[in-house]
Amino acid sequence: MTNRYVFLYASAMVVVVALLLSGAATLLRPLQERNMRIEKMQNILAAVNIPATRAEVENLFDQYITTTKIVNHLGEELEGDAFEVELQDEIRKDLADRQLPVFIADIDGEVFYIVPIRGTGLWGPIWGYVGLESDMATIAGANFDHASETPGLGAEIADRAFQDQFKGKRIFDEAGNFHPVRVVKGRAPAGDLHAVDGITGGTITSNGVTNMLRDGLEAYKLYFEKIKTS
Amino acid sequence: MSENNTSKQKEPLFSHRNQRLLSNPLGKDNPITVQVLGICSVLAITVQLRTSLVMAISVVAVMGLANVIISVLRKTIPPRIRIIVQLTVIASLVILVDQLLKAYIYDVSRQLSVFVGLIITNCIIMGRLEAFALNNKPWPSFLDGVGNAAGYGVVLLTVGFFRELLGSGTLLGYPVIPNFLYDLGYENNGFMILPPMALITVGIIIWVHRHRDRNLVDIS
Repeated sequence: MTNRYVFLYASAMVVVVALLLSGAATLLRPLQERNMRIEKMQNILAAVNIPATRAEVENLFDQYITTTKIVNHLGEELEGDAFEVELQDEIRKDLADRQLPVFIADIDGEVFYIVPIRGTGLWGPIWGYVGLESDMATIAGANFDHASETPGLGAEIADRAFQDQFKGKRIFDEAGNFHPVRVVKGRAPAGDLHAVDGITGGTITSNGVTNMLRDGLEAYKLYFEKIKTS
Repeated sequence: MSENNTSKQKEPLFSHRNQRLLSNPLGKDNPITVQVLGICSVLAITVQLRTSLVMAISVVAVMGLANVIISVLRKTIPPRIRIIVQLTVIASLVILVDQLLKAYIYDVSRQLSVFVGLIITNCIIMGRLEAFALNNKPWPSFLDGVGNAAGYGVVLLTVGFFRELLGSGTLLGYPVIPNFLYDLGYENNGFMILPPMALITVGIIIWVHRHRDRNLVDIS
């Protein structure tokens, strides 16, 4: 087989594969994007403890999430659709330029504020949503997910049992100072409102959650304080 | 394989030789326990039975198809770039599987995200393309691919079964260890979750396998 044949063969193969894969990607994209929107809605609702199946989530989202808005780090409202803001892009910007989405839920008359957070675990990004009660200090619920943490270890942050620990914890202390929740190695001291149990064998992911909560919520600090005083 | 003996007309398709292509990898020619290939993915993804199961199914699909494609093309592939061609075929199929999972069973694909991509690096697949599909007709190649993937899958499921059962006390996510055992002081063995225990579990499977089939002992 001549060199010419080898080159032609390789070129033809590359073209065929490229067409096939880009065709598949284009055809399947609408389905995949819808899946991602649905997952995002599920995660947002999970942060205020509303479990939703894939079939019902779009209705429940419309029912409970009454207002969405974008704020900046000073707590001033910005224009835009909060649902479309990608935190992945925002956390690369300077704090002053960031668009910070807020989802406001009304559940049987009680108001909750849900904010997205994003950080880094051991192998890749981790992210989540934190739901706050209307005192802007007590965590109503939290929901975390990850791209590639170790199954059985760091990946446990996506587990309900880990996330449920955050319920009732506080991100401001008695004096009103910002004091986020830490994930501590081993057991958190009993009665500590600012700490939860870490994951055995998942220390770096646990630390990632600590940093994500601190940095992510701190960006909203002035907005929270503004709401609290108004 | 129940369809082996389904009907007389299909006999040529499942001749004695073809049946062995399917059954050998499950037993005396198992890619993991005898040839000791594909060990790395066994360590990585067997913490839970569910991921093991989807991985096994995905590998069966990729390997069966890749073997057929390479076998169909075998007379046209220039020998000098055959490895590149094989890799391209495997990678394309894996990407396709990944895209389909993302579109149709999103939940499972979220759990498997990294692992699906890792199928590309599974040396069993390229080993079978190189050793079998390049020199055989499509149908035997298909059987060989499915057989080897099943041989891989069986070990994967066995390891996943024991690691999830002993490590988390669940199977496919459902708790199976009765509560009274925990009350009696039984504890899940956290060590089972860590990769070294997968290696030890595979070692035990190899031991049992060789104990039952003495012919294997002298091979290595």
